[in-house]
Amino acid sequence: MDHHLILRVVTKLLVAPILLYGLYVQFHGDFGPGGGFQAGVIFAVGFILYGIVFGLRRLRKSFPDYFVHRLVALGVLIYAGTGVVNMLLGGNFLDYNVLAEEGYKGQHWGIIAVELGVGVTVFGVMMAIYYSFAGRPPRLDDKDW
Amino acid sequence: MELALTILLFVALVATALTIALVRRLFAVVMLSGVFSLLSALLFVLMDAVDVAFTEAAVGAGISSVLMLGTIALTARSEKRPERYSLVPLAVVLLTGGVLIYGTLDMPNFGAADAPVQLHVGPDYIRKTPEDIDVPNIVTAVLASYRGFDTLGEVTVVFTAGLGVVLLISGLGRRIRRRREGAD
Amino acid sequence: MNMQFDVEFLLGHMNYWLFVVLMMTGLYIVVARGNLLKKIVGLNIFQAAVFMLYISMGKISGGTAPIATGNPDEIYSNPLPHVLILTAIVVGIATTSLGLALIVRINESYGTIEEDEILELDRIKSDEEIEKLKTEASNSK
Repeated sequence: MDHHLILRVVTKLLVAPILLYGLYVQFHGDFGPGGGFQAGVIFAVGFILYGIVFGLRRLRKSFPDYFVHRLVALGVLIYAGTGVVNMLLGGNFLDYNVLAEEGYKGQHWGIIAVELGVGVTVFGVMMAIYYSFAGRPPRLDDKDW
Repeated sequence: MELALTILLFVALVATALTIALVRRLFAVVMLSGVFSLLSALLFVLMDAVDVAFTEAAVGAGISSVLMLGTIALTARSEKRPERYSLVPLAVVLLTGGVLIYGTLDMPNFGAADAPVQLHVGPDYIRKTPEDIDVPNIVTAVLASYRGFDTLGEVTVVFTAGLGVVLLISGLGRRIRRRREGAD
Repeated sequence: MNMQFDVEFLLGHMNYWLFVVLMMTGLYIVVARGNLLKKIVGLNIFQAAVFMLYISMGKISGGTAPIATGNPDEIYSNPLPHVLILTAIVVGIATTSLGLALIVRINESYGTIEEDEILELDRIKSDEEIEKLKTEASNSK
């Protein structure tokens, strides 16, 4: 896509706000619409946009495959790990009340941790899927569309 | 006003769906399915489901279009012209639709506050969330805390699906094998 | 069933019928169209219609989105369907991508993504195999 000057300039302007918005959606999910599922997707969209316009090779250089694959597992681990921590602290699995002295504060911590796990996994899965599809040699030329 | 908007959105949705059924160029099909997702996100906002609308807009119009375009680039551009049109699918669809509509006749009116759905678990969540969890977004509270175990399952499903895609088409195994052969 | 088909009933149920229309359009695409990618799009339409049906059940007239406003008299729509559908959408895209990946693999081994051509290729292949087995059997006699 070297000849699309406008696309390249606009993408450079857009990627950072998209990522910032993804973080906002992730951590503001308790107060407004949003949460890990949406944030993971939006965060991945920022990277995918970069990959579409500047080429998969450059995206892979800054965000290698093995890193993405580890993120996919890390999210589930964070989620389940939160539950296990609760058990170690004497509560039930995924019962966040034991995470702080007052129950509702523990719930806040638990929700943030769990949503982070969701966000990381969804982000990782979306990136892994995009890498898988975009990494194969395409059958159609740019002109065929 | 709300009713008029709902009907307008529905007409647009049905028109999009029918066009998807008729168009044979796959690029147009994918773009129309993005339009369909955005329209359904609007409908979700009308029905108070802001979180769902948000997800649908990000997932349906964003990621899903990208993946389908990627699939087209790897496979084919347009659908083959069908050799013959059969009436059997139409009959099956009309029959199923008729049965479903018959099933809806027993349902409570749209938006009724005394419908069975509204009497059971939902009100408890709304009442108890401020004391138990104290976050304003009740959907997040239910998702991450009350039904945290459910969500763990969903995350695992997403994880497994991602794993499946990577195993099927990422070419990772081929690359690892090649590297191993190179090392020998 | 004692019911009267008055205006209130029609307006209260119109939503459900429109969902059914959408659902059936999706089903028609899945059943009648042979292109695998289009089948997936049809499945997505069907799925979206089911989501709408779910969400519409949680709606309360005069209610608002289930995000606490601090007003004690506020009526909120039921948050439970929202939670279920929220996760279903993300699981839906994950499974859709799995289906797309399968389409890519099918295209690589068959060279086509049209259902009837794939079935035809399968039939030819199995015919050849039967022929082969027959000749082997007659040779061993």
